[in-house]
Amino acid sequence: MKKFEKLNSTVVPLPIENIDTDQIIPARFLKATTRDGFGENLFRDWRFDSNNEPKADFVMNDPKYKGQILVAGKNFGCGSSREHAAWAIEDYGFNVVISSFFADIFKGNALNNGVLPITVSEEFLEKIFAEVFADAEAKITVDLEAQTVTIDATGDSFEFEINPYKKSCLINGYDDIDFILSHKEEIEKFEEERPFSFYR
Amino acid sequence: MGKTLVEKIWDAHVVKRAEGFPDILYIDTHLIHEVTSPQAFDGLRKRNLPVLRPNQTVATADHNVPTLDQHLPIKEELSRYQVDMLSKNTKEFGIELYGLGHPYQGIVHVIGPELGITLPGKTMVCGDSHTSTHGAFGAIAFGIGTSQVEQVFATQCILQSKPKMMKIEVNGELQKGVGAKDIILYVISKITAAGGTGYFVEFAGSAIRSLSMEGRMTVCNMSIEMGARGGLIAPDDTTYEYIKGREFAPKGEKWEEALAYWKTLYSDDDAVFDAVLAYDAADIQPMITYGTNPGMGIGVSESIPATLAQPESEQLSFQKALDYMGFKDGDAILNKPVDYVFIGSCTNSRIEDLREVAAFVTGKQKAEGVEVWIVPGSKQVEAQAKAEGIDKVFEAAGFQLREPGCSACLGMNEDKIPAGKYCVSTSNRNFEGRQGPNARTMLVSPLTAAAAAVTGKVVDVRELI
Repeated sequence: MKKFEKLNSTVVPLPIENIDTDQIIPARFLKATTRDGFGENLFRDWRFDSNNEPKADFVMNDPKYKGQILVAGKNFGCGSSREHAAWAIEDYGFNVVISSFFADIFKGNALNNGVLPITVSEEFLEKIFAEVFADAEAKITVDLEAQTVTIDATGDSFEFEINPYKKSCLINGYDDIDFILSHKEEIEKFEEERPFSFYR
Repeated sequence: MGKTLVEKIWDAHVVKRAEGFPDILYIDTHLIHEVTSPQAFDGLRKRNLPVLRPNQTVATADHNVPTLDQHLPIKEELSRYQVDMLSKNTKEFGIELYGLGHPYQGIVHVIGPELGITLPGKTMVCGDSHTSTHGAFGAIAFGIGTSQVEQVFATQCILQSKPKMMKIEVNGELQKGVGAKDIILYVISKITAAGGTGYFVEFAGSAIRSLSMEGRMTVCNMSIEMGARGGLIAPDDTTYEYIKGREFAPKGEKWEEALAYWKTLYSDDDAVFDAVLAYDAADIQPMITYGTNPGMGIGVSESIPATLAQPESEQLSFQKALDYMGFKDGDAILNKPVDYVFIGSCTNSRIEDLREVAAFVTGKQKAEGVEVWIVPGSKQVEAQAKAEGIDKVFEAAGFQLREPGCSACLGMNEDKIPAGKYCVSTSNRNFEGRQGPNARTMLVSPLTAAAAAVTGKVVDVRELI
């Protein structure tokens, strides 16, 4: 997993709530057996019509809006556990998703792929949307070490939370398997001492 | 201080707990399928690691399989390749596969319980969010992403922070024509599609207790639709009776040992929940969704809520949902026309669902212009339906009984609802495009689906039974 430290970027605003993983990557694109290339189909049915023509009114097709930060309405990533959603977001070029609320499984999947999900207050989310819709060139700074997200133009800043273990994984580019495997003896001891033979 | 049921099971599975870290939680059973596993197997190869406990892992092909002519090679190339990869991977890593053609094949959340693999007190995971289904037995069961599938392959453990605890009680007696699906759609409509996020939910109360195991599975299945990590129900005699004698259930002395332990699996009287909600079963009508998330549900006799009645920040999303569905503020949902009826999915494809539908449609015909697909949850459900003559009832009614798989619940195979068409569905998600690009889904119980199939519109099934 690649390392994450600091990011300064323009943003793509998507002020819609309850964006589910079927929108992020529709099921018909889950037939691949590798992790690559999902970005092409990110938000497929919102980006393209049935003739595969870009829909002009969708924000990702508006050349004004680009950048490595996606900002979305609350309950982002609800629904299916498909990690393909996180792969698609990463592959498209987003390294950060900001929302006022994330679905649990998506949040974990994003973190496992070096994409930082940042939960901000509804108020702060509104501030970002207001700033970006006023000026598409508005930039945001994300500082993982300091756990802050800042709107450059106004200096408005929000301190976000992240599990300290997950933070160190992102900063160092480690993943969970390395960590769990470092406890392999304890896993085997747990299995030996487990009282219930009927589970095996 | 007492413990909740979740805490009892969780604490019995903690391999390592350290301040500032998620728990290392031991996983008893790992269920896998063709769609979310190939990249995890690839990861193992890259790291040169084996599957640590292949005998605690069970595989089936369900998401991507056709539901017609399963004896023939899969026509769609990418689907065939993905299913073939599962055969190759499970063989290479020594995992049991109930693939196409096997008498145990079926939807992963249907076969676990019916084979006696799902047991009280277990921890179970699967790369599928509806893994919460298995919670009906008093197990901690939840969906995971593919990176975590790889973790469980490599370590038989998962890194997970202990969730918050919520209790949802439903007490009293259900009205005639109202069932488990209506209970859960009602609860989600009350607490919203995000209301359970961060929680593990224990369902309790007399209305939940009175449900069969299959009804309880329907309830726990949709826990994820309120954002909850999982849902579960304390085991009782109904649970033990269902499990006893099943293929992989404990037998003889082991059964006695298991039973003695399972009887300790309940939330203590003084256990503390972070949130407690209670509902009256008598308030629940047959439910139906009108929007594009499972929280957008109403009783069939109610009207679609007004956009302006929603909180201001949600109005844009609400209006977008109604536009997608082709509905307007204040529309009655009754008598809305229906093009397709889908009875299937890990929510409602078990034998009791099929029996209930068959009992209702016996002697009736599907309405003209309506397409009805019945997709059993497993080969065993299909065989049982045929043994009981249910297939004949469906045939006489003009319903298509297909072969097992996830089918039109997510439209990964060719079972898609055409753009703009209305599908009354017993599945679990009404997201935009879920059942096919621009398909419009209304989630209901099997009984309400059956009523829509024979009338061609949304009706109140209470008036037809």
